[in-house]
Amino acid sequence: MYCLIQQKTLKEKVVINLEELEKRDIAVKMRDITKRFGSIVANDKCWLNIYRGEVLALLGENGSGKTTLMNMLSGIYFPDEGQIFVDGKEVSIRSPKDAMALGIGMIHQHFKLVDVLTATENIILGLDEPGKLDLKAASEKIREICDLYGFEVNPDQKIYDMSVSQKQTVEIVKVLYRGADILILDEPTAVLTPQEADRLFVVLRNMRDAGKAVVIITHKLHEVMDVSDRVAVLRKGAFVGDMITKQTTIPEMTNMMVGRPVTLNIPRKKMDNVSPRLEVRNLTVKDSEGIEKLHDVSFTANAGEILGIAGISGCGQKELLEAIAGLQKVESGTIDYLDDDGFADHLVGKTPLEIADLGVTLSFVPEDRLGMGLVGSMDLTNNMMLRSFRKGKSIFTDRKTPRELATTVVDELEVVTPGITTPVRKLSGGNVQKVLVGREIAEAPTVLLTAYAVRGLDINSSYMIYDLLNKQKESGVAVVYVGEDLDVLVELCDRILILCSGYVNGIVDGTAITKEEIGLMMTHLNQKGESDEQ
Amino acid sequence: MSNDNLSTTKVREPLVRIAKRTQSSVLRSWTIRLVALFLALVTNALFIYFVTGLDPISVYVTMWEGTFKSQFNFFTTLRDTAMLLCIGIALAPAFKMKFWNIGGEGQVLMGALATALCMIYLCNYLPNWALILVMFVASVVAGAFWGFIPAYFKAKYNTNETLFTLMMNYIAINLVDSLTNIWRGAKSSMGTINQATQAGWLPKLFGYRFSINIMIVAALAILIYIYLKYTKHGYEIAVIGESENTARYVGINVRKTIIRTMILSGAICGIAGFITVAGKNMTLSINTAGGYGFTAIIVAWLAKFNTGFMALISFLLIFLEKGATQIASAYSSLNDYASAIVTGVILFFILGSEFFINYRLIFRKGSSKGGESK
Repeated sequence: MYCLIQQKTLKEKVVINLEELEKRDIAVKMRDITKRFGSIVANDKCWLNIYRGEVLALLGENGSGKTTLMNMLSGIYFPDEGQIFVDGKEVSIRSPKDAMALGIGMIHQHFKLVDVLTATENIILGLDEPGKLDLKAASEKIREICDLYGFEVNPDQKIYDMSVSQKQTVEIVKVLYRGADILILDEPTAVLTPQEADRLFVVLRNMRDAGKAVVIITHKLHEVMDVSDRVAVLRKGAFVGDMITKQTTIPEMTNMMVGRPVTLNIPRKKMDNVSPRLEVRNLTVKDSEGIEKLHDVSFTANAGEILGIAGISGCGQKELLEAIAGLQKVESGTIDYLDDDGFADHLVGKTPLEIADLGVTLSFVPEDRLGMGLVGSMDLTNNMMLRSFRKGKSIFTDRKTPRELATTVVDELEVVTPGITTPVRKLSGGNVQKVLVGREIAEAPTVLLTAYAVRGLDINSSYMIYDLLNKQKESGVAVVYVGEDLDVLVELCDRILILCSGYVNGIVDGTAITKEEIGLMMTHLNQKGESDEQ
Repeated sequence: MSNDNLSTTKVREPLVRIAKRTQSSVLRSWTIRLVALFLALVTNALFIYFVTGLDPISVYVTMWEGTFKSQFNFFTTLRDTAMLLCIGIALAPAFKMKFWNIGGEGQVLMGALATALCMIYLCNYLPNWALILVMFVASVVAGAFWGFIPAYFKAKYNTNETLFTLMMNYIAINLVDSLTNIWRGAKSSMGTINQATQAGWLPKLFGYRFSINIMIVAALAILIYIYLKYTKHGYEIAVIGESENTARYVGINVRKTIIRTMILSGAICGIAGFITVAGKNMTLSINTAGGYGFTAIIVAWLAKFNTGFMALISFLLIFLEKGATQIASAYSSLNDYASAIVTGVILFFILGSEFFINYRLIFRKGSSKGGESK
């Protein structure tokens, strides 16, 4: 009775090795869990079993209730209905503290660390241990944990000195330090390079072998295949089924998530009329603290082409796109927009408004969707208006056109929303992105800049975005795609520019490179770069 | 393992959980508010009866009379409501932009000062209508200037506008103080300006001089409502308030908008100074703004910058103020402090009711509606 396959068509294919599971201890049983937020049902009589000694991948589309379900296990929400059993005993988890007492710890997508404190200080922060504060003993214990599972972290290092992956390690150690043996990781690899992700997987496997239960929520199916032992799929807030990872395939998982067969390939059409559109020469950019973020960056983005930009997060991607969009001060270098007749407009030193006044329709899907691209508290219509509100001479705003645009975007991109008067903040990540991309494409751009366009999006929405980008490319737009999923970059992009700490570490043909090669280029500056840096 | 006994011992659910309401019907909102008001009156009745030994009902009647005893009382309440509302609508655009203009008091005083200056020095040179016009313009310019200074520094050097506007209040207060000291000479106070000629006084309308005050503020309230809701400027203000990054991203000139909005905010404060001097006090002192510059912050916030609600809240605050004065003078055992407690309790309950409008409590057994059972 472990595996309730509700989808009959898939039933024959999904075979769970019951014997193998029988041997394992059941750590958590969730039964008929229902959670509503107002009229929205996030979880609907949801089931889940978590065993000790396994890595469970929790799969599902955006808004399928994965995170909500795990938040109820870690004490952030309290279920409206249903029961949770830990080690066979029914429990009531009212706060993260309750969860911790039961050995349940969750590592969230956004880290909750104090920058100016060391790893040790962060880890023991909030622990109410009797007696004197003994940082040394704490460091010692942290070292033991690290050695046991193969973490690489210096307990005395300050958080602000750490890379994203080190910060994540601290978060994991924090949870282990508190004695967690059921660990939940919400999209742990979203911010990691492939190499860092591999290292994380080693640690996760070590924890599994030590008898802990590990749950990861992720959208990257390759990783699911790599690291998990079992896959559980949620759809529309309910448990759809689970399978042993070894016995399943990526298409099967996808079909189960989406509920219908999906094709998973990104077409890459070679365009004939490729011509230079955007020329960046010797671009150097410093941030507000005077630290160089981009060094002597030169490249050309062509119309009818998708130019991928790969790099570890924070290697200057944001600054590059913002410099082109007129939002970032440029130290030196030029950015030229070439129109169809080869006439060049200089963009450096111009505000977004001045760029638009040149007749350059430059659309920009920024990384920070709700902090920059959209206004979270405003509804769809008002967000559509962001681009168009200036049009016309009247002092009053025209709401009719944006309202129509909102309706069009909702219809064409299948945005799931109660209506166009809903604040975009209330939509799920994928739908927020569709609203943003929809608006930017509606401007009929000649250059489309996108930063992490599919971050946090499920398979279905991601492929819809790839499709939209391809359509833009085919209609002659110069698309710049800053991405983090290397599998996608090599499938989608015609050329890929690799950024490494602000340097261009090479521009390669997307059809003739592997993701391992890119991964290496992301982390190791080539000869020229190194000599420049010193 | 499949024969697990799922129905084990009953687990403890938290006693009360708080959940945000997704939609509040108008009817329920107002029911909750009325229930809150009723409970406030009951609480106050207990206080009045057990502490002072007075009959709560008659105290309430006296309080009511503070506003509704006579037509004059009612119109003075309206007059002061207009004054408070005027500053409230002045602050609203700045607050909506997340520019914390704490300098309403000073901007009002500067408007009042400019008005008084014109009344004193120009009364012999201009016909009355022109004088009033000049006074009006001068008050607008003075208020706008007082709003412009902190906005300029914010836009140019990113100074902290909260401290800046607050400090500007003290400059304004001291300016007014020193000038009134010069004007009054050996007298104990300024006295009424142009007592004999009534030059620069607003004409009486419907028997009251401040009728014009009320009309000006009503017109401003409607204009600001439209400005914030339907104009491009209003939209820019809203975007900046929610996210300056987004504003930059879509090419809104953030600096320009900050300065423009603060000039508007200061200008309307200046008008509040104008109507106070020319339509109500006919004199100038450091108390001309009367702390309304600060009270208006509460008004603007509570109403979430909706001018209609601002009018309601201004009226409520003034009603309570008048009622408190009335009961303090009518009963010797209810001094200013006691009446402050009475009005404080009423405010507390009404503000507290907003929580029950936005959230509901879920008790352990089932999910009963928590709003009404406060």
